[in-house]
Order: sequence, then structure tokens, then C-alpha cells
Amino acid sequence: MADSKLTEATTASKPVAAPGAGAPVLSVQNLQAWYGESHILHGIDFNVKAGEVVTLLGRNGAGKTTTLKSVMGIIGKRTGSILFDDKEIIRATSDKIARMGIAFCPEERGIFASLDVRENLLLPPVVRSGGLSLDQIFDLFPNLKERLNSQGTKLSGGEQQMLAIARILRTGARFLMLDEPTEGLAPVIIQQIGHTIARLKSEGFTILLVEQNFRFASTVADRYYIVEHGKVIDGFANSELAANMDKLHTYLGV
Amino acid sequence: MQALYAQLLVGLINGSFYALLSLGLAVIFGMLNIINFAHGALYMMGAFCAYFLLNLLNIGYWPALILAPIAVGIFGMILERTMLQWLSGLDHLYGLLLTFGMALIIQGVFQNYFGSSGLPYSIPDALKGGMNLGFMYLPIYRGWVVIFSLVVCLATWYLIERTRLGANLRAATENPTLVRAFGINVPRMITLTYGLGVGLAALAGVLSAPINQVRPLMGADLIIVVFAVVVIGGMGSIMGSIVTGFALGVIEGLTKYFYPEASNTVVFVLMVLVLLVKPSGLTGRAN
Repeated sequence: MADSKLTEATTASKPVAAPGAGAPVLSVQNLQAWYGESHILHGIDFNVKAGEVVTLLGRNGAGKTTTLKSVMGIIGKRTGSILFDDKEIIRATSDKIARMGIAFCPEERGIFASLDVRENLLLPPVVRSGGLSLDQIFDLFPNLKERLNSQGTKLSGGEQQMLAIARILRTGARFLMLDEPTEGLAPVIIQQIGHTIARLKSEGFTILLVEQNFRFASTVADRYYIVEHGKVIDGFANSELAANMDKLHTYLGV
Repeated sequence: MQALYAQLLVGLINGSFYALLSLGLAVIFGMLNIINFAHGALYMMGAFCAYFLLNLLNIGYWPALILAPIAVGIFGMILERTMLQWLSGLDHLYGLLLTFGMALIIQGVFQNYFGSSGLPYSIPDALKGGMNLGFMYLPIYRGWVVIFSLVVCLATWYLIERTRLGANLRAATENPTLVRAFGINVPRMITLTYGLGVGLAALAGVLSAPINQVRPLMGADLIIVVFAVVVIGGMGSIMGSIVTGFALGVIEGLTKYFYPEASNTVVFVLMVLVLLVKPSGLTGRAN
């Protein structure tokens, strides 16, 4: 019941394209970025098509998180080109980028201690119609409904991660960037987040994922890009995964 | 006993000004991370604004209660846009120096034109006179100042702690980058917050005009005590700054009755004690 209601409500506003079909929603070319004086990204190139789940893989410090933050506009100095819905956003401020329909779930989750769960959930403004209603969110994450009046940071790690994902689903943004959503979580919670991502994908959301947990990524991703020393050095589809396993072990050092 | 009640009332009135001013300082500090030394000068501008409205435009007390905070608030927002915003991310010290310099300039300009003596501002007709409460005589205007300040303080608390807008403010205090990445125009919110804090100071200035006269240095004298109040209460908390403001006014009043010699220093003695025992203030978060 709950599933069909969710599907109905979210797909009615926008027909679901087949994953990977058509022009890229996000197209990043020669992206370079700096934290203060240090040059972190040295030319990132990748794209994400409508309805796809694309995963950035790479070792710690390779520049994956910085790539997401650059797309979101929260890295001070960045050059190159980032096209979202055919519009150049390399110079846009992060509030404008969010208003265009990109939503970001940061690695540290960013749950606010001075806000209760309800306030955390309602914090991001609705940027366009077609977002999930509170009822649909509680269908996806029943735990949150029980804890609405708790302080945001009193939730368990898993609940905080769900809250961090839930609040960006309300906004109507169809392009989600999730930074290591499984980090530090118990296997059963990771599974639940995996189901959630699969479900969002089937609803037509486009997702750019950063993951250290390759096993988890392989359950949800359509395509992979490998990031190393601030550059994209390789990329392949999920169907080519088996053929690329050896290379992958070398890249990731696992 | 009459004298005790009278001193308590004086204490409550001073406490009203302490509360309004330290509340504004707390709001500004939370969002801008700036210790606003210009607060006393802006309080003085609120009183002068009421004075100008009356004497130049013949606009009385009641409209001034709304117009003066708006006008001074807009002046504050211009200061924020043109100067304070460039200090974000720097050490507190820079904001302190800049706002201290602003205070000196503003006060200097007013002193240049109006000297140091007080200009009269009369109590509005509706609030003239007093009531005999049986145990004491209550001048109506003073009662009004205490009650109105309390209402404004509680309304500000409600706005920040209980509304959607307040949730945005609290979140932006914690993590402005992320709040902005959700699509909220944080720089605009910071400007409006500074305007709100400055408006509260100007409102206190208007309230104070009929009691304390309108003088260029009226804020400079008051703000020293207010900073002691802020140190005692702790910078972080909205309710803390309100309660501490009123409480210290009352303590000061009681001291005037029981040991008048200490009435000017009691707040500072308390400040030293609090700093020794709890350096982040009674309600402040350690940082």
C-alpha cells in the first residue's frame, strides 16, 4: 500500500526515464578546486544522466567529497565547467544551486543539535513541487516519526543518517548527492539505506554517490568513476564490473 | 519599606534595558560571531531618532516606538553590508575593534552637534502620572517600560526558539555553510539578524528617552554594565541573556537599598566571581 502511494505521488509529476538514457543532467569538465592555498582537484571529468545512480570511488583524500562540495558550490575557489540541466553553475552560490534542484547529504550528516528532529526535517526549503510528503517520508523511515520531538543529535547514527536523507527528499530536488551514507553504520542499517536508494532510483531520482564501501556501492550503482589525486582516472558501467575487478583492486588498494 | 520597593522598581527598569540590550548582543553574536561594541551607540541613536521624529516631524512617542527601531535597524544593516560582512571567518578581535571604532565615530558625531548635556523628551500623555499600589507609588511610564520590555524579550525568544524562521537562524548559527547549501540565503539572514539586534537596542533607546534624557553618551555609560551582564549570563543563550538582564537589574536595585556604596560595582564583582567559577557564563556553552 505504502509503496504504491509513494510511487504514484512522486512519478506523477515527472515520468521516469530509463536509467542512463538521454543527455546528462550533470556534466562536469576539467573541474579544479582549492581549499585555501592547497590545490585539491586537478581536473575532474564525469557526467550523470537522468535516473542513474553514479558512484565515485577512490581512496581517502582522493577528492571525492571535494567534488561533491564543488558541485554544491561550497568550495571557495573552483574553475572548469559544471553544467546542471544545461546551465553553467561553476560560479553560482550554493543557495542558488540548491534552488535549481540539487540536494546534498554531507558525510558528517549535518544534523543540527539546536533543532529537534521535526525542525531538522523541515529545515531545507521546498525548491520545487514533487517532493515527498511527510507521510511518504515516514513510510520510508518509520523510526523518525517516533522521535520527532527529540533533539536532532540525540538520535542514533543510523537514525541521523536517515534524517539527513529524509530532509532532502522533502525539497522536490530530483538530483541527490550522498556522501558516504553508510559510513560507521551497522550492517542492518546499511541494508536499509541500500533499499532506500534502490527505491529512490525506481522513483526516478538521480543520485551521485560517494562510497568507500565498494560492496555496498555495487548493489545500487549503474556506473562508477575512479577518483585519484584529484582526477577521474577511469570509469565503467556496473555490467563491466567483473571485467574490471583486478584494476579496481589496484585503484582502491583492497 | 517604601524605599526598598522604589529601588526594586529602579532595578527592574535598569534590568529591562540590560535585558533588551544583552538580548540583542546575544542574537548578533550567535549569527555574526561579532561582539557588537557599537550597541550602546545604536541604543543612543534610537533615543535621538525618537527626539528628531518629535521635534523635526512632530511624530510622537507611539509611532517612534516602531519607526525608530526600523530606521536604526536599517542603518545597522547598512553597516553590516558595507563593513561587518567582510569580517566573517576572522577572529572576534577584529569585529570588536571595528564596532568599537564605529561606536566612537557615531558618538563623536552626535557630541559634535549636541554636546554632552541631555535633551528633554517628555513622557507621552497616556502614560503620565502614577498609581498608588498601597505599598508604593508606581509611575505609570516606568511600569509600562518594564512590562513592554518583558513582552518584547519573550516575543524575541519565541521567534528564535519556537518558529520556522527561528529554526533557520539556529541552524545557520551552527553550520551556515550547510544551511546555505539547502537553498537558504544565509548572507541575507545575517544582515536581517544584525538589523533585529540593532532594532532591539534602538527600541531600548526610545523607551529610555523619557526616563534618562537623550544624550550622545547615554549608551557609552550603559553598555559597560551590559557587557558585564553578557559575561555573567554567557553569550550563547537567548533566555539566559533575558533572565540575567532582569536579575542583575534587581540585584543592583537591592544593593542600592542595603549597601548603596557597592551599587555601582556589584555587577562587576559578580562578573569576577562568575568568571572564576564558570568562565563561559551561567548559561553559556563552553567554547
